[in-house]
Amino acid sequence: MNIESLNTSPSEIEGVSRFTIVVNITESQMKKIQGQIEKQVEVIKAFYHTEEEIIYQESCIFKMRSNLLFDERQIQNIIKESNARIVTVNRDFFVIEKSGKKEEIDLLHRELTVFGIMQFTRSGRIAVTKDEMKISTMLKALQH
Amino acid sequence: MKETQTIQNNTKSTETTERISGSEAVIKCLLAEGVDILYGYPGGAIMPVYDELYKYQDKIHHVLTRHEQGATHSAQGYARISGKVGVCMATSGPGATNLITGIADAQIDSTPMVCITGQVGSHLLGSDAFQETDIVGISTPITKWNCQVTKASQIPEAFAKAFYIARSGRPGPVLIDITKDAQFEEFDFKYEKCKGIRSYKPIPDTDANSLKAAAELINNAKKPLVVWGQGVILGKAEEEFKAVIEKAGIPSAWTILGASAIPTSHPLNVGMVGMHGNYAPNVLTNDCDVLIAIGMRFDDRVTGNLETYAKQAKIIHFDIDPAEIDKNVKTDVAVLGDSKASLKSLLPLLNENSHSDWHQKFKDLYKIEYEKVIKDDLHPTKEGLTMAEVLKEINIQTKGNAAIVSDVGQHQMIACRYAEFNKTKSNITSGGLGTMGFALPAAIGAKMAAPDREVVMIAGDGGYQMTIQELGTIFQQKVPVKIVVLNNEFLGMVRQWQQLFFDKRYASTEMTNPDFVAIAKGYSIEAQKITERKDLKTAVKEMIDCEGPYFLEVRVEKEGNVFPMIPTGASVSDIRLE
Repeated sequence: MNIESLNTSPSEIEGVSRFTIVVNITESQMKKIQGQIEKQVEVIKAFYHTEEEIIYQESCIFKMRSNLLFDERQIQNIIKESNARIVTVNRDFFVIEKSGKKEEIDLLHRELTVFGIMQFTRSGRIAVTKDEMKISTMLKALQH
Repeated sequence: MKETQTIQNNTKSTETTERISGSEAVIKCLLAEGVDILYGYPGGAIMPVYDELYKYQDKIHHVLTRHEQGATHSAQGYARISGKVGVCMATSGPGATNLITGIADAQIDSTPMVCITGQVGSHLLGSDAFQETDIVGISTPITKWNCQVTKASQIPEAFAKAFYIARSGRPGPVLIDITKDAQFEEFDFKYEKCKGIRSYKPIPDTDANSLKAAAELINNAKKPLVVWGQGVILGKAEEEFKAVIEKAGIPSAWTILGASAIPTSHPLNVGMVGMHGNYAPNVLTNDCDVLIAIGMRFDDRVTGNLETYAKQAKIIHFDIDPAEIDKNVKTDVAVLGDSKASLKSLLPLLNENSHSDWHQKFKDLYKIEYEKVIKDDLHPTKEGLTMAEVLKEINIQTKGNAAIVSDVGQHQMIACRYAEFNKTKSNITSGGLGTMGFALPAAIGAKMAAPDREVVMIAGDGGYQMTIQELGTIFQQKVPVKIVVLNNEFLGMVRQWQQLFFDKRYASTEMTNPDFVAIAKGYSIEAQKITERKDLKTAVKEMIDCEGPYFLEVRVEKEGNVFPMIPTGASVSDIRLE
């Protein structure tokens, strides 16, 4: 099993962190991993969801040479069509930010590669579930 | 993440606080948790705690082992025979890393253990200071929980949580790493026992419907088979277990950690499952119609090839750990919860039954095993002594009341197969990890926890030498354990595999051994070596009659093999008798 991406951050409940881990495995493997994660004393609950059950995003940043903006005019079209955003421009470089699904980011990366990318970085996936997770209810139940 | 963890304590707190050092707090925490004995080894980063131990030596007995690994196994032996939490302590760096094997052993065998390690001062953390090691990082995958304490005020909460986690639910080892400055620091001490942790549910709820479904399957079964594990012992469910199998008349087999939960002589006890288990329960695993697993985890040494394991049977799995359900074997009915409570609730739902035809199959297969294996093991006609006849003699002379602490290898399988147990918590061995060197220090802990019981350690010449230095602990502490080394001058189990699967290429398995009797005598331990059958009875008697520790070396057949055997990757029903 390989972890495709891993993100950890504070959640909507104070003192509770949310880990979003993306893996590409079968459901039976997933259930075993869920069991092992939940077994960790400090884990409140581990859920697993398929892509249909969540709203998810990733984010990425490209650093490119500024002259490309003038020399390669289609870059501006690529940025516009991909719903990316220019974060900053200076004499030497400009920075593009894009949030979206993995495939959208992959596509943008492919399109920009031909012009030469100075730096590229992307985040892990973050997601919220379509259904309620009831963590607060769970915490209350454990507290009495 | 750990910093944000809070504890919900429901207990009455001690009203008053007292200003003491972190190291004195460590001792007071141990006393509050009922600890009267701990095993360890001092060193620089844990010296303040040892200094306090010196002051409290009338209340808490520290046993200086000869190696930190010995301290862990002694704590394990203590825990396994008593059901209480074993405690061990070591300094930072090498002291801490020497605990690792024992911690891993306790984790896989669900043994409650609290390990305390000293750590370099917090201002030195991460600087590669002398004897600094990241023991919290190293031990994370093999502890149930661990933490690092850098302030004295964190000590009471850390200990309260540690003991609570170690002994609740499915037990396991925990580790507390305490920086030296936290040991010196003074603070207002107050101890509250931990009653719960928000993210941790030790015992899952038992679903009444799954209990009903389990009962229905059992009541309709024509050929039910119970396989029980240590969960019955850890859950103190021996009586409830016996009541269930007796009412439903189910032949019941055990994993090695489950051994002794009911007496060996119980008519429903059909022996051991697994690689070197008994013929009948292994073969009939693939014949039963309902397999009832209770507090066991379908280890690969138990199941053999999973693709062919009990495929014809409906599987019921009773376990306290939800992660064990469907981990190795897909279950039809899972009953989560504490074994004692679950079995108690199951009992009234069961119909009385006897399954006499089904029992006859076990008896028939036992006869085959007896003729092909057991007869020659117990009543050999050839010259060389067998390991099994030594066990038989120990059974006779201890009347099956001894706790047998075995090491790892051929003698372990023989001990598990042939030892007779009347009492629960009598088979102490390293099951999951298979840690050679376990037995001698574990026997020390077991004997100290249960001084009224006869504790007989059985090891091979290989494993014995892995922790032989603990003879020093036996000598200093005057622990009257009985030490039996079954010496075949080989790493016998590996040699057996080399014989069977590597065309007898005995690579690095032959041992040139020292004079074990002289070594024991060097520690003032009475000792004797026998090489002939005619001396066995007298030698065992002398050992059992001896009031102090005793060492008995028995020269056994050099190339004896343990059968039956399920070769790796084979099906349980393809178990070999020769």
